[in-house]
Amino acid sequence: MSEPRANGPELSVEVWRGRAEGRFQTYRVPLRPSQTVLDVVTYVQRRIDPTLSYRFACRVGMCGSCAMMVNGAPRWTCRTHVARVAKDRRLRLAPLRNLPVIKDLAADMTPFFDKWREAEARFLPSSPRAAATARIPPADPERAAADAAIECIGCGVCHAACDVVAWQPDYLGPAALNRAWTLVNDARDADRRAHLAAVAGDAGCHACHSHQSCATFCPKGLNPTASIAGLKRASALALLAGRL
Amino acid sequence: MDARVQGGAVVGGRRELWLFVLQRASAALLAPLVLVHLATMIYAIQGGLSAAEILARTRASVAWPLLYALFVAAASVHGAIGLRTIVREMTPWRGASLDAAAVAFALACLALGFRAVGALA
Repeated sequence: MSEPRANGPELSVEVWRGRAEGRFQTYRVPLRPSQTVLDVVTYVQRRIDPTLSYRFACRVGMCGSCAMMVNGAPRWTCRTHVARVAKDRRLRLAPLRNLPVIKDLAADMTPFFDKWREAEARFLPSSPRAAATARIPPADPERAAADAAIECIGCGVCHAACDVVAWQPDYLGPAALNRAWTLVNDARDADRRAHLAAVAGDAGCHACHSHQSCATFCPKGLNPTASIAGLKRASALALLAGRL
Repeated sequence: MDARVQGGAVVGGRRELWLFVLQRASAALLAPLVLVHLATMIYAIQGGLSAAEILARTRASVAWPLLYALFVAAASVHGAIGLRTIVREMTPWRGASLDAAAVAFALACLALGFRAVGALA
């Protein structure tokens, strides 16, 4: 397929091709107003090179599937405008950092979600489905702490941004720990101690250096560093109180 | 079960958590102690005191050797835990041999530190 010639301004887009071994291939893409990085990738695949692999679903910042490295920083590409991130009309796109590459821009999210399981980052119900809905006041401090961390879409941007994940592959990472913090604060959960115990181990919340890269890059504006600080505090207090 | 799960969240028990608590507690002690130490050093030098005059003061006091004994203990604990963490992050070295090396480092710091405190007392 030949590359279409555009008359207007163009972007120079370097795209990772291959797996762990590979190279950047450069494409020229017409620059358009209000263009997102995902628009650029889709243009490359549909108009220039149909062998390019990437991942997306909702295109509106809900599903968390289109994250990739854009000029070295992890971004949700469907909500990232080219005008905000392109330098001299250049983009360099790579699969998410700290994860294996399936092909081209598609990272393998398996290790990312495995860590959610290792962190016991799933709700443990304390009452049957038929029971009355738990009543938790919105102003309850635990409810407020969980609320602040609950809107994660599982995009993996924080995981890619985190240097501790890069240094220590066992480290549970900001997303799983952030989710664990919501459960530690969930009055409906059947075993909140188990959530704390799961993140208080060898590669848990205490490995965090509070660099705050997760909070800097989280597209939802969450602060996993604050959640992890909460887990550190709660687990240390539980230990000293003999509850852990 | 792969190595990542074995070395992961649950295995490792409470040791890391205790080390975290010790690290925080020793840091809380060191913060004021370092400030007192630095201020005293600057004050003593500004005043033009000789080593003999400084030793005369510390040997006449119970508080100074005690303060520095606490300083040595906190610094030994804090330094050993911190170095162990750095090694674990920056190198593949893990396990009992690393823990033994960290303990040896702490003991060496304690021995050298208390030797110095002994000279003050």
